[in-house]
Amino acid sequence: MSLSKERRSVPAGLTYGTISEIRGPLMVIDGVTKASYDELVEIETKDGERRLAKVLEVGMDKAVVQVFEGTQGLSVEGTVARFLGRIMELGVSEDMLGRVFDGLGRPLDGLPEPIPREFRDVNGEPINPERREYPSDFIQTGISAIDGMNSLVRGQKLPIFSGAGLPHNMLAAQIAKQATVPGKEEEFAVVFAAIGVQNDEARFFKESLEKSGAISRSALFLNLADDPAIERLITPRIALTLAEYLAFWHDYHVLVILTDITNYCESLREISAAREEVPGRKGYPGYMYTDLASIYERAGRIKGKKGSVTQMPILSMPSDDITHPIPDLTGYITEGQIVLSRELYRKGIYPPINVLMSLSRLMGPGIIAEKKTRADHGDVSNQLYAAYSRAVQLRALAEIVGRSGLSAIDIKYLEFGDLFEQKFLKQGYEENRSLDETLEIAWDILSSLPEYELTKIKEEHIRKYYKSKSG
Amino acid sequence: MEVKKGRIIWIAGPAVKADGMLGAKMYEMVYVGEERLIGEIIRLSGDTAFIQVYENTSGLSPGEPVYCTGQPLSVMLGPGIIGSVYDGVQRPLDRIASTVGPFVKRGVHVPPLPFEKKWRFRPLVKKGSVLSPGDFVGVVQETPLIECKIMVPPNSKGGEVVSIAEEGDYTLEDVIAVLSKGGVSEEIKLYHRWPVRTPRPFKRRLNPEVPLITGQRVIDTFFPIAKGGTGCIPGAFGTGKTVILHNLAKWSDANVIFHVGCGERGNEEAEVLTKFPELTDPYSGRPLMERTALIANTSNMPVAAREASIYTGVAMAEFYRDMGYDVLLVADSTSRWAEALREISGRLEEMPAEEGYPSYLASRLAEFYERAGRVETIGRPERVGSVTLIGAVSPPGGDFTEPVTTHTMRFIRTFWGLDPNLAYSRHYPAINWITSYSGYVDTVKVYWESHVSKDWLELRSYVYSILRREDELLEIVRLLGPEALPDEEKLLLDVARMIKEGFLQQSVYDEVDAYCDAKKQFKLLRLFAEFHKLSVEALRRGVPLKSIRSMPIIFKLIRAKSEVRNDEVEKLDTLLETMKSEFEKLMAKEVMTTI
Repeated sequence: MSLSKERRSVPAGLTYGTISEIRGPLMVIDGVTKASYDELVEIETKDGERRLAKVLEVGMDKAVVQVFEGTQGLSVEGTVARFLGRIMELGVSEDMLGRVFDGLGRPLDGLPEPIPREFRDVNGEPINPERREYPSDFIQTGISAIDGMNSLVRGQKLPIFSGAGLPHNMLAAQIAKQATVPGKEEEFAVVFAAIGVQNDEARFFKESLEKSGAISRSALFLNLADDPAIERLITPRIALTLAEYLAFWHDYHVLVILTDITNYCESLREISAAREEVPGRKGYPGYMYTDLASIYERAGRIKGKKGSVTQMPILSMPSDDITHPIPDLTGYITEGQIVLSRELYRKGIYPPINVLMSLSRLMGPGIIAEKKTRADHGDVSNQLYAAYSRAVQLRALAEIVGRSGLSAIDIKYLEFGDLFEQKFLKQGYEENRSLDETLEIAWDILSSLPEYELTKIKEEHIRKYYKSKSG
Repeated sequence: MEVKKGRIIWIAGPAVKADGMLGAKMYEMVYVGEERLIGEIIRLSGDTAFIQVYENTSGLSPGEPVYCTGQPLSVMLGPGIIGSVYDGVQRPLDRIASTVGPFVKRGVHVPPLPFEKKWRFRPLVKKGSVLSPGDFVGVVQETPLIECKIMVPPNSKGGEVVSIAEEGDYTLEDVIAVLSKGGVSEEIKLYHRWPVRTPRPFKRRLNPEVPLITGQRVIDTFFPIAKGGTGCIPGAFGTGKTVILHNLAKWSDANVIFHVGCGERGNEEAEVLTKFPELTDPYSGRPLMERTALIANTSNMPVAAREASIYTGVAMAEFYRDMGYDVLLVADSTSRWAEALREISGRLEEMPAEEGYPSYLASRLAEFYERAGRVETIGRPERVGSVTLIGAVSPPGGDFTEPVTTHTMRFIRTFWGLDPNLAYSRHYPAINWITSYSGYVDTVKVYWESHVSKDWLELRSYVYSILRREDELLEIVRLLGPEALPDEEKLLLDVARMIKEGFLQQSVYDEVDAYCDAKKQFKLLRLFAEFHKLSVEALRRGVPLKSIRSMPIIFKLIRAKSEVRNDEVEKLDTLLETMKSEFEKLMAKEVMTTI
């Protein structure tokens, strides 16, 4: 197994049998004389079972470690801890594409372990902000609500905020299948990390990658719902370690899908509670922002390197509450968010993207300002936002005062709202729209409004694309 | 430089305990472990010191040494700061990248200023002059925009100039002057050090009465900030805090800008670094980077360095203030700084106050914002400089009642509250005009009246009252629908909508609209105020609302912001005349038909 392979001539690690306490996922080892912070520890039970652990806290004669596979069945007596003299590393190689691993990077597909080219610290190192290349390659996902209004950019981290039962997996799979950069028809490598998701969900992804033929350039890391919870803290880091290796050493454009971050955060809370730390909001630790950032910030591009890491984390908002700490802190770190709406889903609209709450921060500066796509793209997007948000407000008003209380132009906006949802938003799982097609639909529906209402669009674009009734 | 050596006895993340530290001082800088990671002492108890470490501590072991320096955490001040990119403890990220590659490694020691570089120094004093702290010794042209004044450091004793270098090229380490006082001589170099947590001294505070012109209409006209003032921008994620801060850094009429990215996104720093060199300063026509320095401690960089980053920034800002410059520091985001404080406090097992934040959160915030100000500096020649501090706040869930927002509001005078509903409908900047306020309106009035127009305050109040009235009317509309209002109030809603689209909203990506100078702001505002007055008049004379609503000039008014450039504002006067005559025609027609 690549993680515990002895490769350095460490003095085979100091071994202690002095376990003094086991509490939740934590274990306290006494009499430790030489241990380091973050060091990897191998725990061996009386009957020879081995588990992995990591040092969380270390004093002159005591170390607190967290056991990834959980502490169930461990005993203070007869269990030994071997300090491995190194921090957690993943053996990486290009041969890992096309393979399926468990949450700690061990093969699950019955094939032999790929031969590692290099070993890398799973925590990675922060990219020097001065060496980051500003992301500005438009990714066409074939989905109108994203391409037209919330464009995804190579090197971006754009999460999907979803809720239980909403089709976030379908959407992510559709994006993984369709994503291309127009004009540069290079394919993405896909790194998929399942973090505490159900078997069915993981199988759905695997099958959809197989069907589209993308499986040969994909690597899957699966920590499923019935796998150890603490292991979830490592799974996304392992996936990203491979993604960085592929992107920055082998020029791949990598799309990383992490699902479901909510499970990750729950494991984080479990550890924090076991350590009796002062809790922040809803019992999540105060450092959750920093911890999530150490995952999300591993997306990007680097000057002078060809590859890129684009992240699409998926999280389910507990009770659809966007102010819950998990989506809240995520939104403060990521470069926007795609928010799914239960209301639209109930109306039968796929993909049920609530565009008003969705945002791509890189679209404006990366694509619109740099004029990377069609010249009218930015104006059209702004106008769609302004018009649809007015339609939604008027819908609420019409509920109270009735349509008769609205002016003629207000009624036009209400109709626009329906057109927007039915023609622009709604599309099929197999429907791959080019940006031109998306903008074409946008102009179709915008042309249902009088020309003078389109105050966000430059006159030259209106002259070129507006479909006046007389013409 | 090391005076003592201790030993690590405990490690948990960025917090380290060491013993054998008797004699060490609070906030002293130390080097931790064999790799000599930078740290700072934050608590002392007997011979045990608590240290926050500014670099990743993975792999550090108890028993490793801790080296004391005897010095507080300091910044190096001298030419070479402008145009640089630093981390939270003033390590130069650009030069670190050229030594160790594109990832930030730890234990790398690169001096903050380029010691190999020679600067052209021109002396301003002669042998025999007597100098005090703050006095100019000479100047160095740091960038084409900024002349770095070489000053007698504030902590110097001063004295008679025994020797002074001739005009020529010198490195930072060269002695350019020697002062002597009471037989003790002191060498002056092009740089000096200053402890980041100590405010630099000044002679006296002045009233902040000059507005910081930012080119952002909603800010300059409605919620202005003065040079030397304080402001904050709280907003939920996605409401555009960062974009506003970037705009302030781009377009403000300050001389020097510090952008502190404190626990934010790496790509945003990359954006500043990519875009600023391409953009030109509207006041000088030079690239913006020639007056800007960045402190970038992104969210995934060590959390303790994030805590230090705002002090590092403000100490450098005060240095340029002391030269007589107007300096703007924007910090994005102070919530992340407060979280760093909370994290360290938690590791020290301090008793938490609200939401886990330490009880000293408010006093730390107060200390930070008090370092803003327009001051008469120490030293000769007499000069005035200012530091303006603007902080973004990221309240969890967008809730403005959380501790960081509420405490910040106690110490600032301009409040730009961001509104998610405005952001959802892409009304940018999403500054809510009802909840925001500025304590500087009356003090900056004098400037606007003498530089732009004496009607400024009156006009501002007139338009602001339209917006306030709209807010009240919308409450009624929510219950009864717009058709229930009388025509005059329907008209007011229309005008308010025009003001929102044609004045308050401002596009960052539109070349003409991105920066709007003071005269253009005033003239645009006047257009909408006049439109309202004229249309009310027309309505009273019997012109139907429908005819007013379908006036083609409305379209022109809304687009004027992006069609009239700053250097052709007279076009707005023409537009005003056209509007007046169109109203006259409309009213004449109405009179004709009623006769």
